[in-house]
Amino acid sequence: MHVTRGFTGRPRVPDAGLPPGQYDAGKDWPVLSAEVTPHLAPGDWTFRIDGAVAEPRTWDWDAAHALPGSVYEGDIHCVTGWSKFGTRFGGVSLDAFLDAVRPDASATHAVAYAHTGYTANLPLADLRGGRAWIAFTYDDGKPLPAEHGGPARLLVPHLYFWKSTKWIAGLRLLDHDEPGFWERNGYHARGNPWEEQRYAGD
Amino acid sequence: MTETAAPTTPFTPPTRFAVPGRIAVGEQTASVWRTATLVSVRRETPRASTFRLAVPDWAGHLPGQHLMLRLTAEDGHVAQRHYSIASPPDDSGHIELTLDHVEGGEVSGWFHTVARPGDRIEVRGPLSGFFAWPGDRPALLVGAGSGVVPLMSMVRHHRARDLSVPLRLLVSARGPEDLIYAREFGPETTPVFTRRAPGGVPVGRLTAAHVAPFLAAPPPGGWEAYVCGSNSFAEHASRLLVEAGQPVDRIRIERFG
Repeated sequence: MHVTRGFTGRPRVPDAGLPPGQYDAGKDWPVLSAEVTPHLAPGDWTFRIDGAVAEPRTWDWDAAHALPGSVYEGDIHCVTGWSKFGTRFGGVSLDAFLDAVRPDASATHAVAYAHTGYTANLPLADLRGGRAWIAFTYDDGKPLPAEHGGPARLLVPHLYFWKSTKWIAGLRLLDHDEPGFWERNGYHARGNPWEEQRYAGD
Repeated sequence: MTETAAPTTPFTPPTRFAVPGRIAVGEQTASVWRTATLVSVRRETPRASTFRLAVPDWAGHLPGQHLMLRLTAEDGHVAQRHYSIASPPDDSGHIELTLDHVEGGEVSGWFHTVARPGDRIEVRGPLSGFFAWPGDRPALLVGAGSGVVPLMSMVRHHRARDLSVPLRLLVSARGPEDLIYAREFGPETTPVFTRRAPGGVPVGRLTAAHVAPFLAAPPPGGWEAYVCGSNSFAEHASRLLVEAGQPVDRIRIERFG
């Protein structure tokens, strides 16, 4: 530990919900997409799961909304350092989609991809067990704004938020790991905020 | 039926592919914290100053890359922030950061009110290859406020290497006194003033008319566009670029946050 001369920092508010190296962004919800924000109408949105599955399938807006609804209430953590407490997203549990396509026993990972072409890789286990969603709304049912990934984004809140692919277009299931967009640009393959897995090598 | 991609062929989504990163990032380089020494401080505007750091064993960077910086209090409290690098790559062993004094900012506040030459801080990087510009392709740079910082590294690199590849900078500031690096700009730069401007210069935000001349007559092979600023500026500027004909997959955006 190297102490910085004269640095005291902001008042300490002990917060068990704050992963190491993160700060509370309060009401702010910064936007950090690296590409031009697409403005996709719900009618143009589709979500596909294919690859190592028994039955590849594509859902449109209505078909996805016909699945049982599910809500996430909790925190989100961005690799740039901010965390946001008490968010609320509405959508459908990814388990409902994955159950429908029946992943092969060999499937271990997934590449999530956006309608822009952005990609993020995830272990399949991180998408299972009620820990991942396709989110359509935030707060009290407001449509997710385009700059935050609307009309639909992947939500995997227990990992750094770059994994929660905006404008989600699909998942390809694989029997191996394959780096996505930021992972090819120096970021960690898994991105667990509690282990501070920001960059490759962490 | 099972469709499994062969491990040797990276999966490419059936959508327009996002712009690829410009360089491979060294994992070892990115994972090491180094102790840097503050060498000098230079005021740029009433709100922004440049902090020059000597970094032992700095591996070098490409224009547009950033680093992570951390300050540690005596009780172990750590504050980490990402900052773009303002200096060009070939400034051996030294890097420069230009920081706005953010109201209530625990890191920028320390830099602007406490830091003095000789102080030591920790940095790791350079990080991320996405916003990097190696100086190979024509570059159209569009920034606002301190969003000009990574773009200035590109301008300085272009100048230091006497590169012939076209490079243009559109930079937005509230007024002339808020224009960071004002003294260094040359004919490659068009400033846009949103609140106050010198006599004869129009006041107002970046418009299609600012962008149009560059896209009406693009250089051979077209521009790589780099946009940096607040989210609202990035949304506005990137929309103008798209409407003027710049391909979506050749616009790289870095937003504050």
